[in-house]
Amino acid sequence: MSGKGPFGRLDWITVILYALLVFIGWLNIYSTSVGDTDTSIFDFSTLYGKQLFFIGLAFAGIIFVLFVESNFFERFSSIFYVVSIVLLLGLFVFGKTIAGATSWYDLGFFNLQPSELAKVTTSLALAKFLSDIQTDIRTRKHQMYALIIILLPAILILPQPDPGSSLIYFSLFFVLFREGFPLYYLGILIFAVVLFATTLMFGTVWVAIGLIIITLLIYTFKKASVKIPILPVIGAVVVAILFSLSVNFVFEKVFEQRHRDRFALWLSLEKDEDKLDEIRKTIGYNTYQSEKAIESGGFSGKGFMEGTRTKGDFVPEQHTDYIFSSVGEEWGFLGSAAVILLFSFFFLRLIYIAERQKSDFSRMYGYGVISILVFHYFINIGMVIGLLPTIGVPLPFFSYGGSGLIFFTMLLFVFLKLDSNRLKDGI
Amino acid sequence: MKKLLLSSVVVLIGFTFIGRLSYLQLFRFSADQILDDPAIKKVYDYPERGYIYDRDGQLLVGNQAAYDVMVIPREVKPLDTLEFCQLLGIDKKTFDIKMEKARTYSPRLPSVLVPQLSKEDYATLQEKMRHFAGFYIQKRSLRYYNTHSAANVLGYISEVNEWDLQNNPYYVAGELKGRTGIEKQYEDLLRGRKGVKHIQKDRFNRDIGPYKNGKLDTLPQQGNEIHITLDKELQEYGEKLMHGKRGGIVAIEPKSGEILAMISGPTYDPALLVGRERSKNYSKLHYDTISKPTWDRSILAQPSPGSPFKTLNALVGLQEGVIDENTQFRCYHGFYVGNTLRGCHCGGGVRDLNSGIYQSCNAYFAGVFRKIFSKYETTDEGMSVWEKHIKSFGLGNYLGSDIPTGAPGRIPDVEYYDKWYGNGRWASSTIISNSIGQGEIAATPLQLANMTAAIANRGYFYTPHIIKSVGDNGAIDPSYTEPRYTTIDRKHFDPVIEGMANVYEYGTARWVKIPGVNIAGKTGTVENYIRVDGERMQLTDHSVFVAFAPIENPQIALAVYIENGYFGSRYAGHIASLLIEKYIKGEITRTDLEKRMLEKTLEHEYAKPYSGEPFKINEREW
Repeated sequence: MSGKGPFGRLDWITVILYALLVFIGWLNIYSTSVGDTDTSIFDFSTLYGKQLFFIGLAFAGIIFVLFVESNFFERFSSIFYVVSIVLLLGLFVFGKTIAGATSWYDLGFFNLQPSELAKVTTSLALAKFLSDIQTDIRTRKHQMYALIIILLPAILILPQPDPGSSLIYFSLFFVLFREGFPLYYLGILIFAVVLFATTLMFGTVWVAIGLIIITLLIYTFKKASVKIPILPVIGAVVVAILFSLSVNFVFEKVFEQRHRDRFALWLSLEKDEDKLDEIRKTIGYNTYQSEKAIESGGFSGKGFMEGTRTKGDFVPEQHTDYIFSSVGEEWGFLGSAAVILLFSFFFLRLIYIAERQKSDFSRMYGYGVISILVFHYFINIGMVIGLLPTIGVPLPFFSYGGSGLIFFTMLLFVFLKLDSNRLKDGI
Repeated sequence: MKKLLLSSVVVLIGFTFIGRLSYLQLFRFSADQILDDPAIKKVYDYPERGYIYDRDGQLLVGNQAAYDVMVIPREVKPLDTLEFCQLLGIDKKTFDIKMEKARTYSPRLPSVLVPQLSKEDYATLQEKMRHFAGFYIQKRSLRYYNTHSAANVLGYISEVNEWDLQNNPYYVAGELKGRTGIEKQYEDLLRGRKGVKHIQKDRFNRDIGPYKNGKLDTLPQQGNEIHITLDKELQEYGEKLMHGKRGGIVAIEPKSGEILAMISGPTYDPALLVGRERSKNYSKLHYDTISKPTWDRSILAQPSPGSPFKTLNALVGLQEGVIDENTQFRCYHGFYVGNTLRGCHCGGGVRDLNSGIYQSCNAYFAGVFRKIFSKYETTDEGMSVWEKHIKSFGLGNYLGSDIPTGAPGRIPDVEYYDKWYGNGRWASSTIISNSIGQGEIAATPLQLANMTAAIANRGYFYTPHIIKSVGDNGAIDPSYTEPRYTTIDRKHFDPVIEGMANVYEYGTARWVKIPGVNIAGKTGTVENYIRVDGERMQLTDHSVFVAFAPIENPQIALAVYIENGYFGSRYAGHIASLLIEKYIKGEITRTDLEKRMLEKTLEHEYAKPYSGEPFKINEREW
């Protein structure tokens, strides 16, 4: 250990950015939940009071993490992983149901959400596995192991049901890509998403015609020297069309109406103004209200505590998943763009830190942390500003909620702890 | 590549988000979206609607309080329903139905339980109200009428409709707006400006305090008092005389153009369109398509004016220099158009200007009309000159008065006849009926009264108007105080007025003379036809009369038009005479005349075409 103590080589830039995010988040929680009566901000019967308490717990967590030997996390990562899988399994028996999802353990003073814990442990386990000298990500077998580590918790979380959290684990693929997992998997994934959306929007026939035209165009305008084998290309086009057909099937037969409505709203599939209105009032109500609230903020916003839609409680779940709409309404374009920039700098700083790690484990874990945070941020804000369909995940450090804040903090500070020891552990 | 992947993703997401935010907050944002912000409720503070007074300061229209019993279903505690129903004067069943309705509308928001209680009911209820939690009384303001007359002039107010809401952002659903008459014309002045309070609401629509501490709130502005030119007594008296008769009367003060009375028969009590029975009464009035009480005959009826129009032809003849006072025409109990004799009731013989007017000789005015046209080389030219003179009296077009409805009447022109007969295929003899005010000429009673005022003034008139003064400084539209000159020189009026005076001395109106007042007048008897089930039938002539008095210093000019009243002096002449006496002397000396007019009705005439049997017209008996 360096002579500077546990705080010595901490990356203070990241810590400051983190503290800013938590502080701004809390301000907005305060604004959404403050009542008419004057109460102390330490009143734990209020949401902002409780959040303050959680922030306190998170700080305690930071202290704990910083005083632990940094190789503790690496050494016990497999055990953590197993424990969290057991906790996830235990939910099926002992879980407490809140808002329809059996995702919590009731600890009396605190509801523990093991899926949040599992994000930390899965990142650790994946990093541990990938950094093992015997692991070679280019082999199919190891690719398979990595996939199992990632997907096991995801599959256990899905039936809670909590598809949002489940989806988050897919962000760990970024770790694999960073470590040499072939990039064309990502290409195929993106292509599949595009096919999915375009099929819903234009129908299989047009998608097929479009694919064929694009293929023909490529052949027409390619340089004569470039040889593209014909058969695999035809195969790929056929598979794509079949996929497009299956999209229709899945959409009509497997999805429930509420899912279909979400996509209908997201991709503007529904043209009937009356039905659209109906969807807006039901399934799309949150998104509609949140967009309206953000829109009404204008350039400079209505001012802190002045958001009429925020005060009127028009956006449901505003203190948790929809917290960003309060930023949009009260702080306007200036404020919300500033928060986006803040997050972006925060992530870029973390990527920079990850890349300077000498230990593979630290770097891989770092990538896991960043991927998870970015994915939350992307899905949450994308949903709140109406770019993505409704998927319930919190905004890291912003949204109200103890488990979320504490485990995001742990996730981050384990990484910062690893980073502070990078010179010592470097090989 | 792989090292930059995640950074690129972060940057890309950042750009996308900021792009979307600029779309939402910069492009789609609009400053007036506070209007549709569900979180801000506007609560309005309504000023009292302005009072309306007559020309002498007598109150015509004021306001009265009405009391609605309101309920907020959620706050209702168990109550003695029986006692409460008794107090409200409704039965238990009605009470239950209304409560259910209110609950369906919203358990949190107030609904009207019983609308517009009378003052008496309110007084007894008010003391006991505190026993009934969840109910309260809300005061509303209704129009109060201090007269049973002038409904057509005063107009009524009613709730704004879809169209108003879309076209005038001032109004909010449930507000009242002037629909007809003065209430419509001077809506902005009468209504004042409501005050606005902005209240912050939550998504359950509950108040959670003033928005921005009332920074955007405004205070209400009082409605203006309006004085109108009507003479309350004259108007009320005229309406009494119109009992059982259809038609229109307009009286104007010539020296100012102020409308003294505007009477339409049949009419209705303005109070009928206020209060609980309003919609029932409205349907009754509105769907009476035979006597049409809501159709203001004083400004919308456009009959042919008949003989009063002869005075204008005389004036045009004098102005054009084609006749003078002594020019004579012979009446053969009519006059020839080609080989056809058109009749005349004047008695025949040689007629000059004076006797032509007071005996209302058709032959004389046919002669004058022909002379006007023969002055010019072409019929078209003659027609244009004639039309220009006639129109300068405010005929053939809207007068521009401040009454929100009206009709243009009709003075035919070259174009009109070219369309009708073909270019060059008509001449003065073709349209000779215009010489005696029949044919294609049409005028509203208002236009006829105005024409009479122009004669009384010897050559000019003021645009007839109903507004006398507004608010404290009393300013009205300056266009109402600008004289409008006719194309006839002043000197030509005296011989015509002399003829009109002789109408009372020796002529068609000698039975309705007023002792001690010099009147100039002219009778009119107008043939008319209607179609019933596709069959054209002639009805008893309309009775028309125009007059002004006193001749030396005209204080009143009027036109009376009585549908199917037979000859001019019969109904119209009587009524004109009584109105003039009432206005000038303030009392009626000829009570026999008055009694006759108050009692006689024309209902039997109006029933004739709908009886389904053949009927006689223009009966001597009355």
